[in-house]
Amino acid sequence: MRNPLNDKVVNIKPSGIRKFFDIVTEMKDAISLGVGEPDFDTPWHIREEGIYSLERGKTTYTSNAGLKELRIEICNYLERRFGLVYEPNHETIVTVGGSEAIDIALRAMLDPGDEVLIPQPCYVSYEPCTVLADGVPVIIDLKAENQFRLTKQELLDAITEKTKVLIMAFPNNPTGAIMEQKDLEEIAGVIIEKDLFVISDEIYAELTYGYHHVSIASLPGMRERTIVINGFSKAYAMTGWRLGYATGPKEIISQMTKIHQFAIMCAPSTSQYAAIEAMKNGDADVAEMVESYNGRRRFVVNSLHEMGLECFEPYGAFYVFPSIRQFNMSADEFATRLLQEEKLAIVPGTAFGACGEGHLRISYAYSIENLKVALERLEHFVTKLRNE
Amino acid sequence: MKEKILKAIEKNTKLSAKDIAVMLGEDEVAVAAAIREMEADKVICGYPALINWDKTEDEKVTALIEVKVTPQRGQGFDKIAERIYKFEEVEAVYLMSGGFDLTVVIHGKTMREVATFVSERLAPMDAVLSTATHFVLKKYKEHGIALVGEVHEERMLITP
Repeated sequence: MRNPLNDKVVNIKPSGIRKFFDIVTEMKDAISLGVGEPDFDTPWHIREEGIYSLERGKTTYTSNAGLKELRIEICNYLERRFGLVYEPNHETIVTVGGSEAIDIALRAMLDPGDEVLIPQPCYVSYEPCTVLADGVPVIIDLKAENQFRLTKQELLDAITEKTKVLIMAFPNNPTGAIMEQKDLEEIAGVIIEKDLFVISDEIYAELTYGYHHVSIASLPGMRERTIVINGFSKAYAMTGWRLGYATGPKEIISQMTKIHQFAIMCAPSTSQYAAIEAMKNGDADVAEMVESYNGRRRFVVNSLHEMGLECFEPYGAFYVFPSIRQFNMSADEFATRLLQEEKLAIVPGTAFGACGEGHLRISYAYSIENLKVALERLEHFVTKLRNE
Repeated sequence: MKEKILKAIEKNTKLSAKDIAVMLGEDEVAVAAAIREMEADKVICGYPALINWDKTEDEKVTALIEVKVTPQRGQGFDKIAERIYKFEEVEAVYLMSGGFDLTVVIHGKTMREVATFVSERLAPMDAVLSTATHFVLKKYKEHGIALVGEVHEERMLITP
C-alpha cells in the first residue's frame, strides 16, 4: 500500500504540551496551574442570548464572513477600545476562534519559501501553521532581560530578503509580556522600511494591568500591512464557543474569506448571536474579570518572590513566567518531578519554544484558594530541591 | 482603598490583611488599619459563613413574614422594628415600600416553632396590624452564591 500521508504533516512535531498532558491525565488527584483559559463561566446575559437564538430557531448558516450585525459591533468595539477603524463589510471576518484566523491569514499571505518571523516563547500554533502554509518559520528567541519584548535589533537580525510576515502576540502567552507603545514604535519603522506584514494576535488585548493595550495596527503606516486577530475566548470567558475574528486590509481579508468559505463555511451561528451581546453589553464584565485577575496576578508574583523564584512583573494575559535556572535542571525535568512528587501540573516553558528553557508558565486563572494550595506545593518542592 | 478592600472581602472573608494588601498592591499595615477602622465604624459588621443547611442533618425552616404595622409618633417604624429584631430567632428585618411595611425573616427549627413565634410574639404586638407568613421551600442562591448545582472543574488540566 502507498503511504497515505503527507510528509509535511507527518514531520510536524506534536505540541510539547501534549506529552505533558498525557502524563497528567494518568495521574489522579493532581492539581494544575497549567490551564490556558479563564476560570470564569461566560457571563449569563451572553449565554442567555445564545439560548434565545436557539429558541428562535436561529440555527442556519450565516454569511461566510459572519453576521453583519456582529461585524458592525466588532468594528464599533475595536474603535471604542483601541482606536482601530475598520469597515465591517470588507475588512472584517468572523472565524472559528483566533486559531482559525491565524491559520487562514498565513495561508492567504504566504508563497512557498516565504519566511515568517516568530518571536518565541509563544503560542504553539504559529510554527506548524506556517509550515502547513508552505512558509519557513524563522524563530526569534526573546530574552528574559528584555521582559520577553521584541527589540528592534532582534528584529533586524532575523530579517532576510525572503522575510514576509512577522507574527506578533502581545499580551503574550506564555510570558505575560506586553509591548508598550514606545516598544511598538521602535519596531514599526523597521517593518515599514523592510516592507513586511504583521499578523498581530491580540487575543489577550483586554487582559492588561496598569497599561491600556496598544495595537500595532494603530501606529502610522501600519494599518495597511497588519492583520489584527482577536476573539471572545479570553476577554469574555468564551473559549468553548470557538469564536474569533480578523480585521485588516480588504485585499487580504477577502482572500482569507475565500479560504474560510471553502474550509469552514461560517462560524457557529449560536456563538455569533451570543457574541453580539458580548460586544454590546460586555464591557463591565471584562472590567470585573480584569480586576479579579489583577489581584491574583499580584498574589502569585508576590508568592514566587517570597519563595525566591525570579520573575519579571507580567502586565498582560493571565500568566507568570518565573525562572528556575537556579536549580540547574531543565524546565521539562523540573515540571515532570513537580508533577510526580507534588502532584502539581505546571507547563514547562519549553512547550512554547526552545528559548522558554529555564522557565515555567504559571497560569493564575484559578481561585485564590486553589492558587494558595498549589503555591504551597511549589514552595515545598523548591525547598526540597534546595536541600538536596 | 476602603472600597477595594470591601469588594475583596465581600465574597471571601477568609482573606488575611496580608493577602488583601498583596492583591491590591497596597501596604499591609495600611490595609489592616483600614479594616480595623471599618470594623469600629460598623461598616464591616461581622464575618459570618454562608452555610447551606439543607446539606446538613440540622433541620431548619426559614420563613419570610410580611408585616403591616402602625408607625409610632416621633419614631416612625424604627421603634417597632427594633422590638422585632431584638428577638434572637429573627434573622433579618427590612422596611419595605409597597403593600406592607416590614419584611421579617425568621429561622426556626420547625414550622411549629415559627408559627408559635408569629402567633405569640409578633402578631400580638400593639403596633402590628397583620402578618402574612411565607415558608421558604428551597434556597437556590444567597449572598450572590448559588447553593444548588454541583461545582466541578470543567477545564482540562493542561491547555496551551
